[in-house]
Amino acid sequence: MAEQVFAYITHKNGVADDSALELVAAAKSAFPDAAVTALVTGAGAALDKLCDQIAASYTEVWKFDNQALDYPNAEVIGPMLAGLLPGKAVVLLPHDTFGMDLGPGLSIKLDAAFVADAVGFEGLEATALKVVRQEYGGAVSTHVLCDLTNGAVINVRPGAFQPDESKAAGGQVVDKSGELGDLGAGRRYLETVAAEVGDVDITKEDVLVSIGRGIEDEDNIEIADDLAKAMGAVVSCSRPIVDAKWLEKSRQVGTSGQTVKPKVYLACGISGSFQHMGGLKGNPFIIAINKNPKAPIFQLADVGIVADILEFMPELTEKVEAL
Amino acid sequence: MEILVCVKRVPDTAENEIEVNSDGTDIERDDLVYSVNEWDNYAVEEAIQIRDNVGGSVTVVAVGDEESEEVVRREMAMGADNGILVSDDAFEGSDGKGVATLLKAVVEKGQYDLILTGAQADEGAGQVGGMLAAMLGRPYASLVNKIEVVDDKKLKVGREIEGGNQEMSEIDLPCILSIQTGINEPRYVGIRGIRKVASVEIPVMGTGDLNVDAAAVGTAGAKVKRLDYFVPDLGDGAEMLEGSTDEIIEKLIEILKAKGGLK
Repeated sequence: MAEQVFAYITHKNGVADDSALELVAAAKSAFPDAAVTALVTGAGAALDKLCDQIAASYTEVWKFDNQALDYPNAEVIGPMLAGLLPGKAVVLLPHDTFGMDLGPGLSIKLDAAFVADAVGFEGLEATALKVVRQEYGGAVSTHVLCDLTNGAVINVRPGAFQPDESKAAGGQVVDKSGELGDLGAGRRYLETVAAEVGDVDITKEDVLVSIGRGIEDEDNIEIADDLAKAMGAVVSCSRPIVDAKWLEKSRQVGTSGQTVKPKVYLACGISGSFQHMGGLKGNPFIIAINKNPKAPIFQLADVGIVADILEFMPELTEKVEAL
Repeated sequence: MEILVCVKRVPDTAENEIEVNSDGTDIERDDLVYSVNEWDNYAVEEAIQIRDNVGGSVTVVAVGDEESEEVVRREMAMGADNGILVSDDAFEGSDGKGVATLLKAVVEKGQYDLILTGAQADEGAGQVGGMLAAMLGRPYASLVNKIEVVDDKKLKVGREIEGGNQEMSEIDLPCILSIQTGINEPRYVGIRGIRKVASVEIPVMGTGDLNVDAAAVGTAGAKVKRLDYFVPDLGDGAEMLEGSTDEIIEKLIEILKAKGGLK
C-alpha cells in the first residue's frame, strides 16, 4: 500500500530545525517508496525562502502563510491540519515540545494511530509499521506495532536519525494559504519568557562536573563543588536537581535546559535520558560514574566507572588536589 | 474550581533497576516497588494549591488494576477530596487512546472546569492528556510549568519549551493541561495523612458504570500494540575502568589530563 506521508517542519527565525532533514531520513527508513510532503507553517517573506530550501529535500512542500501562524501554536495548527490532510495520511512530527503538544490531539482528530518518541523503524508488515521506542527513561527498549489502516501520527525523537543531506528531491512548493479556514483557538500565545541567566554560564565551560539523582541530598552538592574546584571545572546538573531546587535552572543540561559543548563531561549519578543527552553538543569526551551498571549512560559515554559517586567523588577530589 | 487529576501507578525508577524479563515479554516485575507517577504528583499538588486559593474540589482518578487504589489513596492523603478507580478486566491492554477514551467517560459523569495529567509516565509517551482534550473538544496545553487563574473563564499558563524558555499563553476554561515536574514542590505525605484516608471508600468504575464502546478500549481497541521488550545493542558503549578505587582513580586522572579535563 502506498502511504501518503507528511512531515512537519519546525523552524525559527527563518531557519529550519535539524529535525527537518532528520525526518527525511526517518520517512525513507519507514516508507522507502513514499513521496514525502513537507508541511511548513508561518507568516511573512522569510517563509518563502524557507519553503524553497525545504523543497530541495521534499517532493512537495505545502506552505501555510498566515499571520495567525506566525508563532507555532499547536491548538491552531492541529485543527487546521485535521481539516486539510487526506484520509489515512501518515504524519511525522519531531518529538520536541511542539510535536508533543500537537501529536496526540491531531491523531484523535484524524482518527489515526499515535506513536510517541519513535527512535527507529523496522519495516512494514501488511498494514502495520514496526516501530522502536524506549520506556523507563531509556532503561529498556520495545517494539510496537502501529496500525496504519486509518493513518498515523508518529513523533520521531530528535537526533535519532542522521539528517539526510542529499537535497536531491527538487520538489515544488504548493501554496495552501487559501484553504486554512478558521484559525481561532481556545489557547492564545502571549509571549516567550527567556530563561534566567544564572551566576555562571555553563555553555562556555570546557569542563563540566555534572550531577544527577545519584547525589541524593542537597547537602551532598558540596561534594561536587569540591571536585569541580579541584579540577578547575564548573558544576552542572540534570533535571531532577533543578526540580528539587538544589541548583538554579541555568545549571541544567538538557533539551529543556542549556545546550553545552564542553571538551570533557563528567556525568556523576546521571542515568542518561535522551532529554539530558540532547543538551550535549560538539562531541565532548564523556566520563560516566554511576552505581547502576545498567544505567543507559554507559552506552553513550566514552569511559565508564561503576561506583557510588558519594564515595568516589571525594576520593577523586583528594587525588586531584594532591597532583 | 472543580478539578480532575489523572494519575497512574508505575514502577518507581528511583527505587528499581528496570530490566527486561527472561523471555522479553515484559519488564522483570518481581520485587518491583511501585509508586504514583512522578509527574502526576506535581499535578495533584498544583490542583490542591489552586483549590486552596479559589475554592472548589480536587478529584483524583486512576485507570489500572485494583492495586492502583493505593495511589489514589495516597493522593487523597495529600489533600485531594475525592478518588475514583477505573478498573475492569475489559480495560486491560488499552493503548493511550483507550485510556483517554475511559477518562473521557469519567469526565462526562462529572462537571470539571480543569483536568490535569502528568506530562508523561513510565512509557514516556505523554499522550493521554492531548488525546483526552481532542476527544472532549476542549483546549489543551502540554508541559505546563506555571498556572495563574485569571478568572472563572480563563487561565494564564506557561509551557516549558526548548532551552529553558517559557511560552506564556491564555487558555479558556474548561481545559486540559499536562503538568511538567518542577512547577511546585509536592508536599510530603506522612503516616498520619495516610491513616486519615485509610478507611475512605474509593468507588470503582467498570464497563457497567461508564458509557464506553467496548471495541474502543482494551487489547481489541488498541491501534498500537507492544510486541516485546529488549535491550538494544548500541555497539561498544563505554570503556569500563576496573580495579581498586585507587587504580580506577589513577587511570581516570591520566584520561582527564590527556583530554584537557584538568586545569
